[in-house]
Amino acid sequence: MPRETWLIFSRAMSLSLRNPAWIMIGLLQPVLYLVLFGPLLERMTESTPGFPPGTSWQILTPALIIQLALFGSSFVGFGLLAELRLGAFERMRVTPVSRTALLLGRVLRDAVQTVAQALLILVLAFLMFDLRASVGAVALTLLMVAMLSLALSSCSYALALRLKSEEAFPAILNTALLPILLLSGIVIPITQGLAPGWLYGISRWNPFTHVVDAERASFRGEFTTDALLTGSLVLFAMTALSVLWGVRTFSRESA
Amino acid sequence: MIEARGLARTFRARGRAVEAVRGVDLDVEAGELVGFLGPNGAGKTTTLRMLTTLIAPTSGRATVAGIDLASDPVGVRRRIGYVPQGGGGLPEARVGEEVELQGRLYGLSKADARRRGAALAERLDLAGLDQRPIKTLSGGQRRRLDIALGLVHDPGLVFLDEPTAALDPQSRANLWAHIRALRADHGTTVFLTTHYLDEADSLCDRVLVIDNGAIVAQGSPAALKAQVSGDLVAVGVAPSDLVKTTEIASRVAGADEVATGEHTVEFRVPRGDDALPELLRALDGAGIGTTSLRVQQPTLDDVFLTLTGRTLRDAEQPTAPEADRAA
Ligand SMILES: Nc1ncnc2c1ncn2[C@@H]1O[C@H](COP(=O)(O)OP(=O)(O)OP(=O)(O)O)[C@@H](O)[C@H]1O
Ligand SMILES: [Mg+2]
Repeated sequence: MPRETWLIFSRAMSLSLRNPAWIMIGLLQPVLYLVLFGPLLERMTESTPGFPPGTSWQILTPALIIQLALFGSSFVGFGLLAELRLGAFERMRVTPVSRTALLLGRVLRDAVQTVAQALLILVLAFLMFDLRASVGAVALTLLMVAMLSLALSSCSYALALRLKSEEAFPAILNTALLPILLLSGIVIPITQGLAPGWLYGISRWNPFTHVVDAERASFRGEFTTDALLTGSLVLFAMTALSVLWGVRTFSRESA
Repeated sequence: MIEARGLARTFRARGRAVEAVRGVDLDVEAGELVGFLGPNGAGKTTTLRMLTTLIAPTSGRATVAGIDLASDPVGVRRRIGYVPQGGGGLPEARVGEEVELQGRLYGLSKADARRRGAALAERLDLAGLDQRPIKTLSGGQRRRLDIALGLVHDPGLVFLDEPTAALDPQSRANLWAHIRALRADHGTTVFLTTHYLDEADSLCDRVLVIDNGAIVAQGSPAALKAQVSGDLVAVGVAPSDLVKTTEIASRVAGADEVATGEHTVEFRVPRGDDALPELLRALDGAGIGTTSLRVQQPTLDDVFLTLTGRTLRDAEQPTAPEADRAA
C-alpha cells in the first residue's frame, strides 16, 4: 500500500509539475486579496469596533490560506472526471492496485501542492506586508491547511466519482462554496460585535469558521486550549470523515 | 479461460432501468481468439467491464482465468489485461512513463517494468517514442500503446474493446497482424469486441453475436455464415424476360427466396457456383440473354439480418450518446 500510494502520488505530482501554470493561477486570487484588499482592512480593523484582536494581516493572511485550500482542493475532482472520460482511471482500476492507494496518492499530491502555495503566500505577506507571526503559528497553519486540503480533495474526488458528470460537479460546488466562504468569516470575521445574532449563529455551524478562528488565534500567539481546541477537533473530524468517505467511494465495485 | 453463466447488468439512469446485458452465457477456451460482434449499445463493453471486475454484475456468475469473479476480483485483475474502448493514456503523459507506471501498478519493479516496456515497444512498433507526449501520437500509435498498456504484465488472457475503431484501413490491417501475433507467438487468449464484420470474419476463430444484451448466435465465421441459407445469386435480364427468368430460377435445384427486382432476379442456393451452369443452360434454352451475373457468399451482415431481422447498419441508427455511458 505505501508503495502503491507513492506510485500514484509521484505520477500525479509529476503531471502537476509539468504544468506549473496552474499552481500560479491558484495563487492569483489570494495574492490579489493581499495586495488590493489587505491595505483596506488595515484602517478598518483599527477603527471598527467588534473586530477580533490582532493586526489586519494577522486576520487576513490565515483566512486567505484557508480560502486557497478551499478553492484549490474543492475542484480537484475535475481532474478525476477528465481521467474518467479518457479511460485513464479505468485503466488503473483494472490493475490489482489498492483502491485506497488510488485515492491517497492523489489527495497527498493535492495537500503538498496546497501547502507549497500557502508557504508562498506567507512569505509574500511577511516580505511585502506587515505580517508578524511566530514559527509555531506558521507550522500550525501549514499543518492545518494540509489536513484541510486532504479533507476537501477527498470529498471532491468522492463527489466527482459519484456524480460522474462534468456539468453537475461544478454546478454543485459553486453553489456550495460561496455560502461556505461567506459564513466562515474569511473576508470579514463574523464576530458577535460585528454580525447580527442570527448570522453569528449560523456561522458557528460552519466547520470552516472554527478552523479559521483557530488559525487566527495562533497567528496572534494565543496557543491556548480555549482558542485552538474546537478548531482542531472540527478539523480532525472533518478530515477523518472525508478520507473515509473517499476510500469507501473508491472501493465501491461500480465506482 | 472464461466461463460465464447468466451474466446480467441493469443500469439505473435517472430513474430509468436500462437492461444493458440480459443473461449472457459464454465459454472461451485457452488460446482462442474470440470476437464479440454487435451494434452500438448491444452490451459489449458492459459485458467486458463485468468480466474485468470493473463493474459488478446484477446477477449471474463467471470464472475468468480460472478465478471466480465475485470472490476474488483482485486475483482476476492480476491475470488479465484490458484495453478499454477509449484507450487509457493521459494526453500530457509520456509514452515511456505510462507503460512503466502501468507495469509497476501490476507489481513489477522499476527495472522490470522498464525492460518489459522496451520489449513491448519493440514488438508493437513503438520503439523510439518513449519521450513523446501521448497527445502527439497518431491514431494507430495510440492504439498500439493502449495494447502495450494492457500487456505489460504478460497476461494469459487479454480483453480488447473495439481495438480498431476509428482507424484508417492501413492501421487496422497492421493492428490485426499484431493481434494475430499475440495469439500465434505468445499463446495469449484474446477476447475482443467489434462492430466491424470484416474484422470478426478475418480475425476471429469464433464469433459471438450479441444484440440488445443477449447472445443471438455463436460459432466460427464460416459456420455462422452457413446458417444463412446459402449464396445469393443475382441474374440481370431484360425487363420483358423477368417473369420467365423467375420461373426458371424457381426450378433450380435448392433455390429459395426467389425475388424479382426491376432488372434482376435474385435467389439463394446452397452452392451458387454449382447452380450457375444449370441456370445458364436453362436460360439459354428459353432464349433469354443475361446482362449481368453475380454470386455473393453470405456475410456476417446476412447472419445478423437473418437472426435479428435488421442489418447491422440499421441496428446502429439509434445511437446512444457516448457521454451518457462514460464510466
Ligand atoms: N453506466 C451506464 N449507465 C447507464 N446506462 C449505461 C451505462 N453503461 C452502459 N449503458 C447502456 O447499456 C447499453 C449497452 O452499452 P454498452 O456500452 O455495453 O454497448 P456496446 O455494445 O459496447 O456499444 P458500442 O459499440 O457503442 O461501444 C447501452 O444502452 C448503454 O446506453
Ligand atoms: Mg462499447
